[in-house]
Amino acid sequence: MSHHKVRISVNGVPGEDEVESRRLLVHYLRETRGLTGTHVGCDTSNCGACTVLLDGMTVKSCTVLAVAADGSEVLTVEGLADDEAMSPVQEGFRACHGLQCGYCTPGMVMAATGLLLENPAPDEAEIRAGIEGNLCRCTGYQMIVDSVRWAAENGGAGTAATTHAERASS
Amino acid sequence: MTTTDPDTGFRALDATPMGYGSMRRKEDARFVRGKGRYLDDIVLPGMLHAAILRSPHAHARIVSIDTSAAEAHPRVRAVITGETLAGLGLAWMPTLSHDVQSVLATDKVRFQGQEVAFVVAEDRYSARDALALVDVEYDPLPAVIDAQHALDADAPVIRDDQEGRTDNHIFDWEAGDAAATDDVFARADVVSSCDMLYPRSHPAPMETCGSIASMDPVSGKLTVYTTTQAPHAHRTVYALVAGLPEHKIQIISPDIGGGFGNKVGIYPGYVCAVVGSIVTGAPVKWTEDRSENLMSTSFARDYHMRGEIAATHDGKLLGVRVTVLADHGAFNGTAQPSKMPAGLFHVFSGSYDLAAAHCAVTGVYTNKAPGGVAYACSFRITEAVYLIERLVDVLAHDQGWDPAELRRTNLLRSEQFPYTTALGWEYDSGDYPRTLATALDMAGYDELRAEQKQVRSAYERGESPMLMGIGLSFFTEAVGAGPRRTMDILGLGMADGAELRIHPTGKAVLRLSCMTQGQGHQTTFAQIVAEELGISPDDIEVVQGDTDQTPFGLGTYGSRSTPVSGAATAMVARKVRDRARIVAAAMLEVSPDDLEWEKGAFRVAGDPAAAATMNEIAMAAHSDLELPDDVEGHLDATCVYNPPNLTYPCGAYVCVVDVDTATGQVKVRRFVAVDDCGVRINPMVVEGQVHGGLADGIGMALMEVMAFDTDGNHLGASFMDYLLPTAMECPSWELGETVTPSPHHPIGAKGVGESATVGSPPAVTNAVLDAIRVRHADMPLTPAAVWRAVRGTPLRTDLAIG
Repeated sequence: MSHHKVRISVNGVPGEDEVESRRLLVHYLRETRGLTGTHVGCDTSNCGACTVLLDGMTVKSCTVLAVAADGSEVLTVEGLADDEAMSPVQEGFRACHGLQCGYCTPGMVMAATGLLLENPAPDEAEIRAGIEGNLCRCTGYQMIVDSVRWAAENGGAGTAATTHAERASS
Repeated sequence: MTTTDPDTGFRALDATPMGYGSMRRKEDARFVRGKGRYLDDIVLPGMLHAAILRSPHAHARIVSIDTSAAEAHPRVRAVITGETLAGLGLAWMPTLSHDVQSVLATDKVRFQGQEVAFVVAEDRYSARDALALVDVEYDPLPAVIDAQHALDADAPVIRDDQEGRTDNHIFDWEAGDAAATDDVFARADVVSSCDMLYPRSHPAPMETCGSIASMDPVSGKLTVYTTTQAPHAHRTVYALVAGLPEHKIQIISPDIGGGFGNKVGIYPGYVCAVVGSIVTGAPVKWTEDRSENLMSTSFARDYHMRGEIAATHDGKLLGVRVTVLADHGAFNGTAQPSKMPAGLFHVFSGSYDLAAAHCAVTGVYTNKAPGGVAYACSFRITEAVYLIERLVDVLAHDQGWDPAELRRTNLLRSEQFPYTTALGWEYDSGDYPRTLATALDMAGYDELRAEQKQVRSAYERGESPMLMGIGLSFFTEAVGAGPRRTMDILGLGMADGAELRIHPTGKAVLRLSCMTQGQGHQTTFAQIVAEELGISPDDIEVVQGDTDQTPFGLGTYGSRSTPVSGAATAMVARKVRDRARIVAAAMLEVSPDDLEWEKGAFRVAGDPAAAATMNEIAMAAHSDLELPDDVEGHLDATCVYNPPNLTYPCGAYVCVVDVDTATGQVKVRRFVAVDDCGVRINPMVVEGQVHGGLADGIGMALMEVMAFDTDGNHLGASFMDYLLPTAMECPSWELGETVTPSPHHPIGAKGVGESATVGSPPAVTNAVLDAIRVRHADMPLTPAAVWRAVRGTPLRTDLAIG
């Protein structure tokens, strides 16, 4: 199995690691970088629990090879908040009870963050379409829709995501 | 009560209530930051990774297994087969239903996806690589896939491991009075009957199952981190199965990414991880992938039901009779009270005052994975409610009666409670007519029927392919198992413990035997203590999941946490309050009888200035204060709660669908759900529970099925085929409530977590069939199934045959 050196910046923290060419980005994030907020919920790219921002785009990190992310900037759920302040999306999920078991939450939060970067004022139909690639088994989605709407009205995607997107587009 | 800010439309939840009420969840702070700690997040020093080789056949004899190539893989540490386990007496393990289940196959495989070998390697990828290096030779056998032919004389015998067995029959079980029911049917003016299948589905929690076993060779202590809803029961089972002393077993259930009944029992992978750790001397992590979860862990439902309902000419329901063929798969592993092989199915008389009822259930083996009781079923009540709520609609259809009116005139009346059903259950309380009226008002039932008429006229004039349907469901749940005299699991009575300890500074720690999988226990159980003692929920730590740290009890499933552990929590808090009264009396130098409790403090009657707060009492209880001789000091208590009865929440659901007859596609336009679970500890959490269950109903009624082909190939083994609802299939739910407390519960609360999963599938099904005016068609009502039903040739949804 061939190995490759990759340079991947995660949440603004640079990293240089040797990975197998077949290693999935989600395993790189979870096991190599120790960022276990990004979850695995399926093996067919349907559930979106592994959603992260890769150079400003929402991707399912189970469907990206770590070597393909060489030279990229990744934003995960751990990068949205510092110890004190949560991002508006994170705050919205808590305020509107948009989570129960919390397993889909990091992917859902990242998908919502990506949606708000693209469309800062989505209506309900746009929010539902925007999280269509993310499955949740607990909430029945409605309070997640409320959470995203709350975030849109209270600061949008948030500082870390905006900075990440600006770096990616520059 | 939930308050909504009129300007923003969002809930106003900033304050922490001193007791019941909507409040933000304590657990969210870590989950939204990605700081939860789920099983696969845990890494132990020297930990190895395991993977399971599974059977490609539904039924085949194992001729040989060659592990030499896998063992030669440089990163493989161990390859365990059924033969290895047989040497340890662990090739088979007991199930929760008095059967045994193969851990790793020794003689033959009995379902596709069954565990055959267990590979332990240094990393996740190598373990998977090595599976391809295990060479298994199979001799395929004919498979039993159609449950309706499992008892045919020429059906292959699946369980030839059992001596003398010549068929696939597991059990016959009945409830109710057969003669009285026959008598009612003989006297009835009208009888409707219907065959219906509740198809095999799967709870599919977002996090799959897994385990990390770590056997310390020096201390002899086994630590198992695992996805379990019932950690204490797991510990006892490991002790019984593996012969390890129970005090040397510690089960730790970390954060669980949803359970939904999937994580109650012990799976072969867990046992193999323990053996793997013993064999390698290192911690072994096993996590399954999604297809393994769908193929091999506990399925739900799979009841083939023939129901009959009897009534008078003027619409008075008299009785229900039902026979059930239950497909249990290759091993009987249903998780339920051990004296009840069909769970609590015998609540199928539902919410109606029936003179008589009877059921006969027959369980059969097929070449499929074991399970049956899962996916928020409350021990088969999903099937019971679906049966009765479909039968009521079938009768209404046959007689040209309005289904709402038929329900309204037959519902139990509030003065009939406590009500003993024809099947022996004593329903605790309910105000069914009011609950139904609330739902019909919210939905605007009469206006909906008027609109439906117009839509149908346009359809009949050929102007539109669209039809509109209105479906009702009125259900009675039975949750909170249960009284020890009638309910046990593996001989363990279904009582649950609680331990409460108040620290010197007035903060508290509450230890529970139940185990949250997202239901918000860390918040709501703190609220119960807050209500009883006046300590803020923010100052109460709730501990669950670690068997060394929590009292014994049977865990969380069957919506039993609030009925049983919730009661235990209220009772243990009251014990602490009793001790606090004695301490306060000593502090204030008065008799305990002179004190009056006001949430958070004891005051001297007639002298309100003389008082001791809980904080002061807690410190005094740990101080040099002189206490009566029989009082030990400190401020703590334990309690084991043995429930006197189940709790019986109810609900009235109205579903409105639009059906495109040209394509068969169903769109759920509205869903009105009025639930009555007695006192609501945290209304926001209750609403979230209901929302999730309603989505389950849409999933089961319209999308989810595990079908098999005639060779036994599993056709729902990934999210490509096993379709779960997304945000696009779910409407914005419209919730209402009535509050009828449980008279026997210490705080009047009933369970609710499974209500919506139980109550919503018949509402959706009834709505679709109401739209297309088809008497019955089986779930899931996919576009293909609806299209075929409209044309009078309904599909059999469990089999992929022509």
